Amino acid sequence: MADIDIAEEIPLPAQQRPPVVTSGVIGWLRANLFNSVFNTILTILAVYLLVLTVPPLIRWAFIDAVWDAPNGQACRGEGACWAFIGEKWRFIFFGRFPYDAQWRPLFVVVIIIGLVLASCDRRLWGRRLVLLWPAGLVMVGVLMSGGVFGLRYVPSEYWSGLPLTLILAVVGMLFAFPFAILLALGRRSNLPAVRVVSVAYIELVRGVPLITVLFMASVMLPLFLPEGVTIDKLLRAQVAFILFAAAYLAEVIRGGLQAIPKGQIEAADALGLGYWRRTRLIVLPQALAMVIPPLVNNFIGAFKNTSLVLIIGLFDLLNTANTALTDSNWQGFASETYVFVAAIYFCFCFFMSRYSQRLERTLNRGHRR
Amino acid sequence: MAAGLAAALGSAVPASAGPTLDKVKQAGAISCGVPTGIPGFAQPDNQGKYTGFDVDICRAISAAVFGDPDKVKYVPLTAQQRFTALQSGEVDILSNNTTWTLLRDTTLGLNFGPVVFYDGQGFMVPKKLNVKTAKELNGATICVQPGTTTELNLADYFRGNKMEFKPVVIEKIDEVYAAFFSGRCDVMTGDGSALAAQRIGRAPNPEDYVVLTDRISKEPLAPVVRHGDEEWHDVVDWVVYAMMEAEEKGITQKNVDEMAKSDSPDIKRMLGATPGMGKALNLDEKWAYNAVKLVGNYGEIFDKHLGLGSPLKLERGYNNLWSKGGLIYAMPIR
Repeated sequence: MADIDIAEEIPLPAQQRPPVVTSGVIGWLRANLFNSVFNTILTILAVYLLVLTVPPLIRWAFIDAVWDAPNGQACRGEGACWAFIGEKWRFIFFGRFPYDAQWRPLFVVVIIIGLVLASCDRRLWGRRLVLLWPAGLVMVGVLMSGGVFGLRYVPSEYWSGLPLTLILAVVGMLFAFPFAILLALGRRSNLPAVRVVSVAYIELVRGVPLITVLFMASVMLPLFLPEGVTIDKLLRAQVAFILFAAAYLAEVIRGGLQAIPKGQIEAADALGLGYWRRTRLIVLPQALAMVIPPLVNNFIGAFKNTSLVLIIGLFDLLNTANTALTDSNWQGFASETYVFVAAIYFCFCFFMSRYSQRLERTLNRGHRR
Repeated sequence: MAAGLAAALGSAVPASAGPTLDKVKQAGAISCGVPTGIPGFAQPDNQGKYTGFDVDICRAISAAVFGDPDKVKYVPLTAQQRFTALQSGEVDILSNNTTWTLLRDTTLGLNFGPVVFYDGQGFMVPKKLNVKTAKELNGATICVQPGTTTELNLADYFRGNKMEFKPVVIEKIDEVYAAFFSGRCDVMTGDGSALAAQRIGRAPNPEDYVVLTDRISKEPLAPVVRHGDEEWHDVVDWVVYAMMEAEEKGITQKNVDEMAKSDSPDIKRMLGATPGMGKALNLDEKWAYNAVKLVGNYGEIFDKHLGLGSPLKLERGYNNLWSKGGLIYAMPIR
């Protein structure tokens, strides 16, 4: 508004036409949606599609929806059956974890989200955070498996739902990340043995799909072990997941390492820094800051990849939802369930991508033009 | 390879009860591989506890071994994992809707127990088409999943009967059913039990649809154990037979106490009033009594999870007693 007031006070040359409005709603519409014939057609088409799809969707999800019903038959109608979610939400979130002890996985979810949020705040970055993580993970382990402090022992095959997804993703990333840094440094190393091993590992893992790695870990590995020796199924999947994620992260980090100007390294050498101090103090901070978008992209991908463990019978969030669908009293509510689960995944992934945008802005100040 | 290893270990341990039964008794629980979720057969309730027909087979064995139906550790397994889990000893028994086939019985190193459910591929049609048998389906549009044995059986059946059909091929089973109920095809094909479940569960009005009685494939579902442990195989066999025999003799969960006082020598032998049977199996003499008392006879668990007492409302059909026109036939307990 202030701009317009000032503009009015300045006497305009009479023969000139007023400039096209570029502020306000109409100005924004003109600048963004109707700035050429082609864009105008696209805009009209998009609006038409929205009119076509959004009202039926709203009718399905809200207006015709059934919010309360005793069983599946009573819930069948034109709209969504949210009563099914009301009936099954605890199973979808916590799965087979003993029902009366489900406060434990709830706390685990809170702790993991808390740890991640704390790590997101740059003011807290430092030694305390490094101590906070092991403490938090020990608490997660104690709460999930129990067996101490009077908590009932719960074997890992009962861990399921959202806590399992979060554990797989967060623990996976936590261990994959340092491993990936070593692999990336190894690949750029001058020592031939280290370089060959790193390259071979990265290319081997990137050459096979995650499902294959999980199948190997869950179906093939037990056959090679002596009878009666079983390695925990969750542990097998978690290790497979870490090894897989590390190879992909390593390539992303290598991209960052290659983008560091040679002058930086030479300057570090001139200061008399050795390899490790040069890497830790000069190279990595710049390299990692540069590759934040692809890193977060990888994190998001890895978070969603955890859902593949359903094919080896682990009950992650997606699999508990799938399993909830098998109730013979409630048949045929797949859409509602998948919408619900998609919403949960979306919350986590959207948070990650927004956070990465913010981090990118603050960390990459020096590179902005 | 693992089977050979199991067999080697089996013969190496000089235990009368067999290694699996010894292991189970020592561990205090049976490790039972169930499907991750099939309506009526194995499904977790809202509290995450497994219930269903497959589950009750394991509960009956637990009752026979321990006198307590709940000493079972359920391991949900996908179709791909289940045989490895059994071969590697992760589970002691699969009660996992497994079809008994020659190759599984031999090369996979498995032993099948008695067939507990005779399933087979069938057809579901809307009533308004007025179709009575599968032979009348010439020229029909049929919804089917690609790359499954279901699709192969369907093609074989129609070719064998010199009939034509138009397949509507859809990848996900959930969408196949959605397509059928929205009228995109005349006929839906799949296992008889699954068709019945979907008819009740998701048809807008179940009365508008009918599952034809024709079966074009044999899917005998049986519990599975490892090769090389005959004692454990025996336990599984005879607990299942005892549940079938109990139904035939009219012994139910409710009246088993009265029946135990019966004068019939058959019943006295089975329920342990006359000892000998339990000892032969290395079990308590009350093994069959406990299985029936704590879990139920075959007909009872069928009705509770699959039959008229359940949402699935399956007819007994082939799964009725042999004396009532079905295929369920228990070997004599004596």
